[in-house]
Amino acid sequence: MVRISRAIEFSSSLRYERPDLSPEENRRLFGSRASRHGHNYRLEVTLEGEPDPRTGMVLDLKILNDILEREVMERFDHRDLNDDSPFFEKQPPTPENVARVIYQLLSEVLPAGLLQRIRLEPETDLWVEVSGATP
Amino acid sequence: MIALTRRYHFAAAHVLRHPDFDDAENERVYGKCANPNGHGHSYGLEVTVAGPIDRDTGRVVEPERLDALVRQHALEGLADRFLNDQPAFRDLVPTAENIALVVHAALEEPIAEETRTRLLRVRVEETRRNHFECGESQ
Repeated sequence: MVRISRAIEFSSSLRYERPDLSPEENRRLFGSRASRHGHNYRLEVTLEGEPDPRTGMVLDLKILNDILEREVMERFDHRDLNDDSPFFEKQPPTPENVARVIYQLLSEVLPAGLLQRIRLEPETDLWVEVSGATP
Repeated sequence: MIALTRRYHFAAAHVLRHPDFDDAENERVYGKCANPNGHGHSYGLEVTVAGPIDRDTGRVVEPERLDALVRQHALEGLADRFLNDQPAFRDLVPTAENIALVVHAALEEPIAEETRTRLLRVRVEETRRNHFECGESQ
């Protein structure tokens, strides 16, 4: 088995917000992250598989690039995670939740069994990894 | 599985010498790290925990909660210290391997008891060219 990783970066604005709570309760629960802020996210995607005996590739990187462009960049880059996507209407866009959403989106379109792990790094001193069955 | 990693920094001094070795043996084993007057590093410390995402907060752990535990149980005995004088290294040469093991042992219980996560791994970066990990690799 061979693992290959590809990294992309996207920039988004966001606020931690649960619609069932009042603004005051959101602020109490999430602190300053309830205010609108932004991140440069670094996303590392790792695939694991046997290289194709003919091409020598686990997956043509162009295919992976196209998938990342369509599934991640077009949805989230230079957009607001709360207002420009449907994923964070009921759950706050914490690194954990954003990573889980991206992992789910990628596992639905990548060839079965290839996605081994993603790593989402909103800040240089904090990152989240998702692997295996989605919780 | 969802794992969250937090990265910390600390600056510390140490000397690598084993009390049972003579000078020649210490210098053979530890090289320039055996300098009796000591030397130091800017260490990087990465702590990785895993657990379920809390439905209310959307988080595995509040980073500030983890920071407080790491500060209290690990960084307190490492940051701006001469490691050889610290209780954790009384009978242990303060190599980066042993620092990783000491931090792992010190954090395992408080993290399990005071958060909904478990400690997955500890990574110590002694210089930009070498790092040391203990715990689960995935």
